[in-house]
Amino acid sequence: MVLLFLILIPLITGIMSFAVKGDGAKALALISSILTLGVSAYVSGSNYTAPITYNHDWIPILGTQLSFVADGMSSMLCLLTGIVVMVVMISNVNKEVESPGAFYGFLLLSQAGLMGVFLAYDALVFYVFWELALIPVYFLCSRWGGEKRIQVTFKFFIYTFVGSLMMLAGLIYLSMQTQGLSSYSWPDIVRAGASLPPATQQWLFWLIFIAFAIKMPIFPFHTWQPDTYEQSPTPVTIILSALMVKMGLYAVIRWLLPVVPAGVAYWSDTIVVLSVIGIIYASCIAIVQTDMKRLVAYSSIAHMGLMCAVAFSHSNIGMHGVMVQMFNHGITITGMWLIISMVENRWGTRDMTKLGGMATSAPNMAIAFVIISLASVALPLTNGFIGEFMLFNGLFLGTESNHITMMVIAGLGIILGAVYTLNMIQKTAYGATVKMTIAKDLSANEFISVAIIIILIIFLGVYPKPLLDLTSGIAGMIVK
Amino acid sequence: MKAIIATTVFGIIMMFTGIVVNNKKSVASVAALLFIALLGVNIWDLLTTSANAPQLLFSNMLRVEHYSLWFNTLMTGCSVLYVLLMGKEIQKVGSHVAEYFALIFFILCGLYILSTYNNLLMLFIGIEILSIPQYILAGSDKRNLKSSEASLKYFLMGAFSTGILLMGIALLYGAARTFNIMDMVGILHSDALNPLALAGIMFIMIALCFKVSAAPMHMWTPDVYDGAPTPFTAYMATIVKASAFFAFLRLFQVSFNSLSEHWTIILAIITAATLLVGNVTAVFQQSVKRMLAYSSIAQAGFMLFAVLAVNQFAWQGIIIYAVAYSVATIGIFSVLVKLKDYTYDGFNGLAKKEPLLAFTASIFLFSLAGIPLTGGFMAKYYVLLAVVQQGHLLWLVIFALLMAAISVYYYFRVIIAMYFKTGTPEFNSPVTMGDKVMLVITSILVFLLGIFPQIFLYHV
Repeated sequence: MVLLFLILIPLITGIMSFAVKGDGAKALALISSILTLGVSAYVSGSNYTAPITYNHDWIPILGTQLSFVADGMSSMLCLLTGIVVMVVMISNVNKEVESPGAFYGFLLLSQAGLMGVFLAYDALVFYVFWELALIPVYFLCSRWGGEKRIQVTFKFFIYTFVGSLMMLAGLIYLSMQTQGLSSYSWPDIVRAGASLPPATQQWLFWLIFIAFAIKMPIFPFHTWQPDTYEQSPTPVTIILSALMVKMGLYAVIRWLLPVVPAGVAYWSDTIVVLSVIGIIYASCIAIVQTDMKRLVAYSSIAHMGLMCAVAFSHSNIGMHGVMVQMFNHGITITGMWLIISMVENRWGTRDMTKLGGMATSAPNMAIAFVIISLASVALPLTNGFIGEFMLFNGLFLGTESNHITMMVIAGLGIILGAVYTLNMIQKTAYGATVKMTIAKDLSANEFISVAIIIILIIFLGVYPKPLLDLTSGIAGMIVK
Repeated sequence: MKAIIATTVFGIIMMFTGIVVNNKKSVASVAALLFIALLGVNIWDLLTTSANAPQLLFSNMLRVEHYSLWFNTLMTGCSVLYVLLMGKEIQKVGSHVAEYFALIFFILCGLYILSTYNNLLMLFIGIEILSIPQYILAGSDKRNLKSSEASLKYFLMGAFSTGILLMGIALLYGAARTFNIMDMVGILHSDALNPLALAGIMFIMIALCFKVSAAPMHMWTPDVYDGAPTPFTAYMATIVKASAFFAFLRLFQVSFNSLSEHWTIILAIITAATLLVGNVTAVFQQSVKRMLAYSSIAQAGFMLFAVLAVNQFAWQGIIIYAVAYSVATIGIFSVLVKLKDYTYDGFNGLAKKEPLLAFTASIFLFSLAGIPLTGGFMAKYYVLLAVVQQGHLLWLVIFALLMAAISVYYYFRVIIAMYFKTGTPEFNSPVTMGDKVMLVITSILVFLLGIFPQIFLYHV
């Protein structure tokens, strides 16, 4: 029952929000996000004893149930969703948007969709939430985005929709292979998939994987991503990059790796190579960007590429690292977007060649920016370090061919990452001071939102144990 | 089957109402009441028929199964919805309002025969009863050249395809020596099949593909749907088409099931062609009405899946698809008919001016595109499930899903126009409170179909 609250709170407040005018919507969204965070913290906390589950009949003739399970990985991602959405709401307190009722309504609806995706234990329920998370984002980008928003969002929507439909075909096929009556529940799907002949698993793999590959996105399915991040309003960019791309990776771990093991074994070399190409390719493009938003968008492709490569390299510690890094990346990139939006707000541009001297004109902001950037390049004692360390360890111990070479090439990504990230700091925080249009350091709500991020970065950097404990059981279960 | 008699009597009553009552509004009210009464008669039929034993009527001409009655009831329900949503617009088409309603009653008579026929001759008669009123309705806007063109085109094409149907029936009779579709099952064997029977099946298939506008027999559809008065297009594209599909499925499921190896591949290619032509051509349309005509071809492609899958899911699939598609299409047409300009630009800025209209229209479009939690998703899901369960034809499923992704493009163009573009839409008639209530009820139905489809499959 508790799990239903995770979905119902944002869903109901989201629908209510459409009817509310002005600041009421903002307050409602903030309260709702705090409540949801509370529930998700409770769910994560109780995970150390026994995972919470919820089951209810939905469409019996199709063999589908309204079934949710919050194991370590799910509750961790729900917690991440709770934190990120709350931080977004806090940072938006002093911002004015056009028709706020609809704006916050859609944000909360997408949160409900995300929660559903992370909790679903039934393939059809999973699919339904997968789509539902997408639609509010479509409206958010198309209505409140930048200049080219309509074409860009349309491309993004059609891209992901094609992927989802392929996945649906795969899931229907799998449910037909289950024992007795068709069933969509996770254990049945896993049993059915794993017993299929390897040749079938090999094509089924792509049918399912394409949706996740587009969502993450990994090379060469990434072309929608930089444009969409750039054109979306900041809260939506945060939802997209901190949470929605995690949907793809989460889905790989939950709905692909255990479901078609023979297919995964056959294709994992290919996926690792694609991911590593993506890391280097995206890093190189990031280096030449002058727009901060595009730079971070490409850096996100590189980070996701690394996680994806490790997810396919069959090592326990690597898988554990992927889960931990999903959380850490979500936190760090949220901070990154917050700072970028503050920069844009104060200087009226995101072009790094026209920026400089943040350290003298807005010192608090510059300090926050430096800490977040260092977490992004995985400096020890920040949260990024522990995750990245485990990832490389995993890649090193992996079973795919040429895994040492892959690790070395992927390691270049770290160096390139340091190059573009430090370059960004240098150009914006230091150098000749450029006058701000609104001369102001962090306001109270911005300070709180950034502080939450920085506390998490440092706390999890020094003491990552809670996060590691939460996910340790799951990693072992996925990689046998 | 009191419904067949009732709908005929109601049709005649309607015609006389036109003589007695001069006020268009009263005529429409009488019609709405009669449609609700007809729904009542259908429910009565449903409750008084035993669920297990099919009932043979009119010297074995009709065979009444429970699911046929359920289909009749649902389609009559959709007709009630249609009359309540479109009643005002039907009054505006011309001066003979009573006759339009009478013709719709006669169409329903054809529908009832097509869902229960047990004899190929009844199939023929049913299709004729279904089609002839439509020829008249398509041309009912007499002063409009396009409407007359639509009527003539529809009539010629319809007559032509009926000829092919008759030819097929005759050939099949030559092989099976019976018109009875149940008896045929025992006579037509796959291993020693009379070539006459094969030719007959092909002729019948092609004729029925004409009726359901499957490619390459779809050429008449865009012109007829575009030219006919919009309220009647809505009826032709939904309930009438669904009924033709039901008849199609009935024949191929009951009589030709054991011969499926002979016709599956042909029908699969027709399905692929229908999906391709419908979806790709819809992308290039500038008028929403014409886009909806092509989209109805595309949706027909999905309904053909039910015919392809010769199993129990096919019945559920066709029923849920018929209802979901009819409800959503009638809904979107009832929004379209309010607007002066039928192009995409005509929808610009609708969300600002009439938020509720835009919101419900988006729900209908979501349903047509097959987004989860709407009826359209469940409908597509059921028909695909039926084919996947069949085991082969997986390539067709994947092709259909790609085509469904294309369909998002043209459905969402309307949403983009309504929500993200600026403009001032002009209305034909003011949007009243009654319209809004009906649109909200229709949207609730769309969600109900998507979340609890089992309610609508109660008797299958």
